[in-house]
Amino acid sequence: MTVQDRTAEGPPAVKVETDRVRHAVAVIGRATFLAVAGGFFALPLLWLATAPFDLHPTITTSVPEFTLRNFRALLDNPYVLSSLGNSVLQAAASAALVVILAALAAYALSRVRIPGRDALLYVLLLLSSVVTGTAAMVPIFELATRLNLIDTHLGVVLTLSGGLLPAAIFILKDFMDGTPTSYEESARVFGASPLQILRHIVVPVIRPGLATIAVWSVASVWGSFLTPFILLRDPAKAPGAVILYTLYTEGGSPRLDLISTFSLLYSLPVVLMYVFVSRRYGFRFHGGIKR
Amino acid sequence: MISLHGLTKEFPGGVRAVDALDLEIADGEFFALLGPSGCGKTTLLRTIAGLETPTSGRIVIGSADVTGLAPGRRDVAMVFQDYALYPHMDVTANIAYPLRIKKVPRAEREAKAAETASRLSLSELLARRPAQLSGGQQQRVALARAIACHPKAFLFDEPLSNLDARMRLEARTFLKRLQRELAVTTVFVTHDQGEALAMADRIAVMSAGRIMQVGTPSEVFQRPANTFVASFIGSTPMNLLPGVVKDGTLRVAGAALPLAPGLADGDEIVYGLRPEYMDLSASARDDAFAGQVSVVENLGTSFLVTLETTSDSGDHLVQAVVPEDAEPAPGTSAWAVPRHPRALVYRDGELVVA
Amino acid sequence: MNTDAAGLGRTRAVGFVLPALVLIGVFLIFPALWTIYLGLTDFRLTGLAAANPQIVGMDNYTAALGDERFRTSLWLTVQFVLGSAIIGQVGLGFSIAWALRNRTGPVKRAVEGLVLLAWILPSSVVAFLWIALLDRDQGTLNALLHTPGFAWLLDHPMLSIIIFNTWRGTAFSMMLYGAALESVPPSHLETARLAGASTFQQLRDVVFPRIRGHMLTNLLLISLWTFNDFTSFQITAGGPEGRSEIVPVYIYNVALGSGQLGFGAAVSFLVLIINLVLALVYLRLLRARRGVAA
Repeated sequence: MTVQDRTAEGPPAVKVETDRVRHAVAVIGRATFLAVAGGFFALPLLWLATAPFDLHPTITTSVPEFTLRNFRALLDNPYVLSSLGNSVLQAAASAALVVILAALAAYALSRVRIPGRDALLYVLLLLSSVVTGTAAMVPIFELATRLNLIDTHLGVVLTLSGGLLPAAIFILKDFMDGTPTSYEESARVFGASPLQILRHIVVPVIRPGLATIAVWSVASVWGSFLTPFILLRDPAKAPGAVILYTLYTEGGSPRLDLISTFSLLYSLPVVLMYVFVSRRYGFRFHGGIKR
Repeated sequence: MISLHGLTKEFPGGVRAVDALDLEIADGEFFALLGPSGCGKTTLLRTIAGLETPTSGRIVIGSADVTGLAPGRRDVAMVFQDYALYPHMDVTANIAYPLRIKKVPRAEREAKAAETASRLSLSELLARRPAQLSGGQQQRVALARAIACHPKAFLFDEPLSNLDARMRLEARTFLKRLQRELAVTTVFVTHDQGEALAMADRIAVMSAGRIMQVGTPSEVFQRPANTFVASFIGSTPMNLLPGVVKDGTLRVAGAALPLAPGLADGDEIVYGLRPEYMDLSASARDDAFAGQVSVVENLGTSFLVTLETTSDSGDHLVQAVVPEDAEPAPGTSAWAVPRHPRALVYRDGELVVA
Repeated sequence: MNTDAAGLGRTRAVGFVLPALVLIGVFLIFPALWTIYLGLTDFRLTGLAAANPQIVGMDNYTAALGDERFRTSLWLTVQFVLGSAIIGQVGLGFSIAWALRNRTGPVKRAVEGLVLLAWILPSSVVAFLWIALLDRDQGTLNALLHTPGFAWLLDHPMLSIIIFNTWRGTAFSMMLYGAALESVPPSHLETARLAGASTFQQLRDVVFPRIRGHMLTNLLLISLWTFNDFTSFQITAGGPEGRSEIVPVYIYNVALGSGQLGFGAAVSFLVLIINLVLALVYLRLLRARRGVAA
C-alpha cells in the first residue's frame, strides 16, 4: 500500500511513517469503538447478572455479596411461579397451533396449484407486518370480549397465533419449495397415500423448518406483553411478562430480590433457545423473523 | 408388457408434451426413450408411472389397463434422476420403504432389504444415511429400493446423469447386467445417445412429443429412418449433404455418386453418411468429395478430419474418420470417398427405402 | 410441471390451508377491517355508548386531527422513529457490522452476543433494566456519571426511550449489514485500497452502492417496527405529562385507558394506513430485487 505513493510531497520514508501512524490510529479507533459499543450494550445487562446473587440487591449495579437466597423470594409471591406456568402454557399452545396449521397450509400451498395462491401469499405477508398489536388492539379487545375470550388462555393463544401464522406459512413454504418433489413422487409410485407421504417423508424432511418455527413462536409468545396485558385481567392467568411488569409498577418500593431473580429466570429460556437454534441450525437470517 | 395407445399429454397452455403416441414394449425388454431435452420423454415416463394424467389415450401394463389407476397401484417402480433417497432414513429403511407401505412386517422387510442390498454389494452401507454415500452408491440404493418391491416394470429417469463420467461407464455395464439377470421390463429415459445405444434392447427416438423411430440400436444407428434421427444418433454427427438426382447419378457437393434405387430424375435429396464410413484419399476421384483439410481432431485411436468442399451447390463441410497415423495435414487437398453400401438417401426428410 | 407431487388433490389442499386461513381471518384480517367501522362510531368501554354505539361518521378523525395531544404524539413518534431507528439502530448497527467485518474470535462473539442479548430478552425484563439504569436516586448511570439525582426519565423521557430503543433494536441492523457486507467482494475493497481510497471513500464508492438494496429493506422494516413498538410503555407509560407518549402508547391510553374505543380505533386506522404504505413499498422493493435475481 505504501509503495505506490510516489508523490512529490516528501521522501518515501516520511510517507511510510504517516501511513503507519494512520494505520495505528485506525486500529486504535476501531478497538475503542468496539469497546464503547460493547460497554453500551453490556451496561444495562450487568444488573441482571449481579443483582439476583446480591445479598442486598439495590438498583445500582455493584459487585454482589454472593447469595442464592434471593431465589427463595420467588416462592413467596403467589403469582410468580404460576405466571411462569402460564407463559409455558401459552407459548407451547401457540407454538403447537402455529406449527401444525402453518405446516399444513405451507405444504398445500407449495405443492398444489390452488387458484390465487400467489396473491394470497402476498396479502398474507403484507398483513402480517401491517396488522400489528398496536394497530389492532381496540378491535382485538372488542372481539375477545364478544367471543367470551377475555381472561382466557385461549384468547391470548388464538390472537398471538393469528399474528404469527402468515410469516410462519411464508417461511415454511420457502422450506417446502426447497425440497425436491421427487421424494413425494417416489413414495407415491410405491403406493403411499398422501397422509403416509406427509407422515413418513415430508414432516421428517422439513423438521429443521418446523423446529425453527416452533422456537420462533415460543420466543415471540414468551416475550409478548401487549396482547396478554389487554386480554387478561385475572393475575392468576397472566404470563410472566405481565406479572413482572406489575411487580415494578405497583405502588410501594419494588422488591428487588424478587424482580431480579424473576427477570433472570424469565430471560433464561429465550437465551437458551437462541443458543440452541444457532448451535443446531446456524443462525439463519430469515428477513426479520423476530418482530 | 407395456403398451401405449394414442397417448396424449397436453399441459395447460396447450403444450403437447406427448402427442398421440403408440408404442409396444415387450416383456423383459430393456427399452430406451431417447431424445433431446424437452422432447417429452420424461413426461412420457411419468405418464406411464401415473405421476401425470394423460389427456387422452390408454396405458396397458401386463394385461391390465392402468390408465385411470393411481401410481401406487400400477405395480411399477421408478428410479428418479436425483434418486429421491429419503435423507432422514438409513439405507435399510430406504430400501424397505416400499415394503413398509405394503404393510410387510418389520423383520421380514428388513431381511428383504438386506438381501437385496447384498445383491448390489451394499451390505456394508446398510446403516448409513444417503448423505454419507457416494453418487454411485446412492444410485445402487435407489435401484435396490426399486428391486425390493418386485414390480412388473422398472422406470428409470436419466439413471446415469448424476454420475461422473468414469462412474457412468461402470454403471452402464452394471445396469445392463442387472436388467438381464432380473429380466423385468425396463423403460429408461436418456438424452445421451451413447447410453441408449450401449444399454437398450430397443430404442424409441423422440422429438416434439412424437416417436421418430423405434428399433434396435443397430437399426437406429445404421439406418436412421429420417434426418432427425440421423443427425441425433452417433457420437460424431453424420454427414448430411443436400443433392439432386440428375442424368442417372446423384450430384452431391461436387461428387457424382451412383444412384440408389427408388429415386427419379430431378428428386431433391439429402445424402447421409457417417464419417466412420468415409475413407480419405490423397488422389483425385470423381466419386469422392474434394476439398481442403481444415480441421483435424484427435479422437484417441482415430482422427476426425473436416474437409471444406466447394461446388456449384455451395460450400459444405464433409467429415471423415481416419485411423491413427493416417491423418492428413491441415491445408492439404483430400478426397473423401464414401463406402456406398453404408450411404443413406433421404427425400423429404424420410429414408428412401429400396 | 409438478402440479401435485403427493397426489393431495385440490379438495384436500384447500382443507389443509383452510384452518390457518380461518384463524388469520378472524384474528388478523377481521380486526383490521373492524377498525374501520369502529373508528366511525362513538363506541366506549363503559356507559351508554358501550351498549348502543352510534355512527358518528368522520367526527373521530376531525377530533383526532384537532387534538393537540394527538398531534404532539405524532410528532414524538416521528422523533422516535428518526432518532432510534433511522439514526440510532442503522448508524450503530452498520458501524458495529463494519468494525467487526472480517474479524473472528472472542471479540466479535462477545460484541455480537451482547447486542443480540439486548434484542432477544423479553420486553418486560429489558424495560426494568433500563428503569434501574436510569433511576434518579440509585441508577447505575448516575453513579457512573457522578450526577446523583439526575432524573433522566422525568427530564428527558424522549431521549431516554430513543436511546433505549436504539439499544434494544440494533441487533437486527447489525446482522443485516453483517450479511450485506459479506456480499461485497473483497477484491472491490482491495482495489479501492490500492488506489489509495480512505475509509470514507471506500464506503461511499464501493460499499454503499453495493448494499443499497439491503439498506432500503432495513430502513423500511425497522421504521415499521419502531413505529408500532409498545415497549416504551413499560418504561415511561407515555409520561410524564404525555412527553413520551408515542402513537402506540397514545392509542392504548385513549382507547383502553380512558375507554374511548371508537376514537382509539380511528387513530389505529391511521396507523394501519401508514403501516400499509411502508409495507407496500417494502414488498415492491423485495419483488423488484427478486426480479433482478431471477
